[in-house]
Amino acid sequence: MLSKKQARAFFLGGTVVTFLIFIGLTVYSFSKEQDQSNYGKITEQVVRGKQLWESNNCMGCHTILGEGAYYAPELTKVIDRRGKGYIKAVLMTPQPWQPNGRKMVAYGFSEQEAEDIISFFDWIDDIDLNGFDRVVSPLAKDKLNN
Amino acid sequence: MKYKSQKVAYWFFALSMLLLVLQITYGFIMGFARIGMDGLHEFIPFNTARAVHTNLLVVWLLSGFMGAAYYIIPEEAQRELVSVKLAYVQLISLAVVGVVAVVGYHFNYWEGRKFLEIPRPLDYLVVVNVLLFLGLILVTLFKGKRRTTTALVLSMGLLFAALLYLPGMIPFDSQVMDSFFRWWVVHLWVEGVWELIMGGILSFLLIKLTGVDREVIEKWLYVIVGLTFLSGVLGTGHHYYYIGVNKIWIIVGGIFSALEPLAFLAMALFAVNMYRKGEKKHPNKLALYWTLGAAIVSFVGAGLLGFAHTLPQTNLYTHGTLVTAMHGHLAFWGAYAMIVLAIISYSLPNMTGRKLYDSSRGRMAFWMSNIGMIGMTVAFGVAGVAQVYLERKFKMDFMQVQAEISIHFVVLIICATLFATGITLYIIDFYKHGKPTDEALEIKR
Repeated sequence: MLSKKQARAFFLGGTVVTFLIFIGLTVYSFSKEQDQSNYGKITEQVVRGKQLWESNNCMGCHTILGEGAYYAPELTKVIDRRGKGYIKAVLMTPQPWQPNGRKMVAYGFSEQEAEDIISFFDWIDDIDLNGFDRVVSPLAKDKLNN
Repeated sequence: MKYKSQKVAYWFFALSMLLLVLQITYGFIMGFARIGMDGLHEFIPFNTARAVHTNLLVVWLLSGFMGAAYYIIPEEAQRELVSVKLAYVQLISLAVVGVVAVVGYHFNYWEGRKFLEIPRPLDYLVVVNVLLFLGLILVTLFKGKRRTTTALVLSMGLLFAALLYLPGMIPFDSQVMDSFFRWWVVHLWVEGVWELIMGGILSFLLIKLTGVDREVIEKWLYVIVGLTFLSGVLGTGHHYYYIGVNKIWIIVGGIFSALEPLAFLAMALFAVNMYRKGEKKHPNKLALYWTLGAAIVSFVGAGLLGFAHTLPQTNLYTHGTLVTAMHGHLAFWGAYAMIVLAIISYSLPNMTGRKLYDSSRGRMAFWMSNIGMIGMTVAFGVAGVAQVYLERKFKMDFMQVQAEISIHFVVLIICATLFATGITLYIIDFYKHGKPTDEALEIKR
């Protein structure tokens, strides 16, 4: 029968081994050869867009890369789906955007800010998402195929 | 209660109750917004309500864990806390940081990273607060007469939880890296080190409530936390399938996520078996309800429902849908909320001297909150599955789908009302116990 000492060894040993593998896989995933995110294409404008995305907690309603709050549409591939003009209008309008009755906060971004956010979406759209990019936005896929 | 300083736990639990009420209130605001009743949008838009709802969850659970530690550690270490005054300073600073963060969310003052919305300057205060808490607990433990496995596992969980907060504070330019390391905090907390905390509290409660030998309980505690880490650490991979990192995570995450329910199954079997084995019939039936309930509901919510959508083939479709909300609600409720409510139910009569062990109000609180939460989980689940089919299979527009599934949110609100009624009864019971008193000290014979 298992002793307490053996049980402790199982806990400590298992934890150390799995954690080391986890760190190893993390390092491997972010090595240059394995990059799927076009890391080198992150421009200052993309970073500014990401900062606006965060400082306004867009993820508190929308999702991106499938992560967020499921209250407003997924924004991965949004440019393929809606086009830049439409997105710019939504971001810059001083009136609350209200598609189908669900309200968005009227952020009233400047043109520069709207372009920064669009450039962030642009960078997101080119990430290889292991197949999820085709599932997450079937409308965009159809538009591209037609 | 064996040591006077254990009383400080009461105030952490009281703070937990207050924050839980606020959390539920903001949950209702979101529920109503989803069925079109968003009259508060000007003041509390959905993203504010959501940040408040999830952050209050984290803070009230942390406050509950801290209260549990302040109650358990003196009893396990067989000595008073090293400083009660500093424990109160820690409580007040925790409350202040929580309030400032929540108020800030109403004024666009946040980081906008799911679950980790607390702005950076406040992050540093959180670190100081947690360091003070850990200092008090660890010094008490090491100055104590004995160092039990239960106390060590609990303290280790709290220490690692503090350390794992740090990767969430590293700034990244890449959304992919940001997301990746955000899960180091969130996943490794809830499917890793928080389970150590849960295991420690569960072990303490089982020792007290069943009378089974400490050595037996603590041996199995090691096995359970061992299984947790063995599956949970690499199980983090299920968050990495489709966020823009290597496919290796689909294999690693898929395999180890499938093992994750085993840890929860072991925990449920452990709790039920110890209860059956126990010869001592502790009169505090309510604490027993919550303790066994936590072990069983966490298996269903975190284990089974987690497994239901961490298979890569399923997750390809459910990732980023309401299916996640289904799993999240029952998992947090079963694993963490219920264990906090269990330790409160156990310790409250001991701290106040009022032995309201088996009140019908307490039983109603247990059943109503659980049935309400299961109903909410089902509502989220049906809405989530419908969303997956309509949006991702039938290619309907997001908002059209939202209109189709809004009826499930009516059901959600009805179930949430039942849940909230249960919680209200629990809080009335909490209040009826009165304040902690030195007269409740157990006299050693």
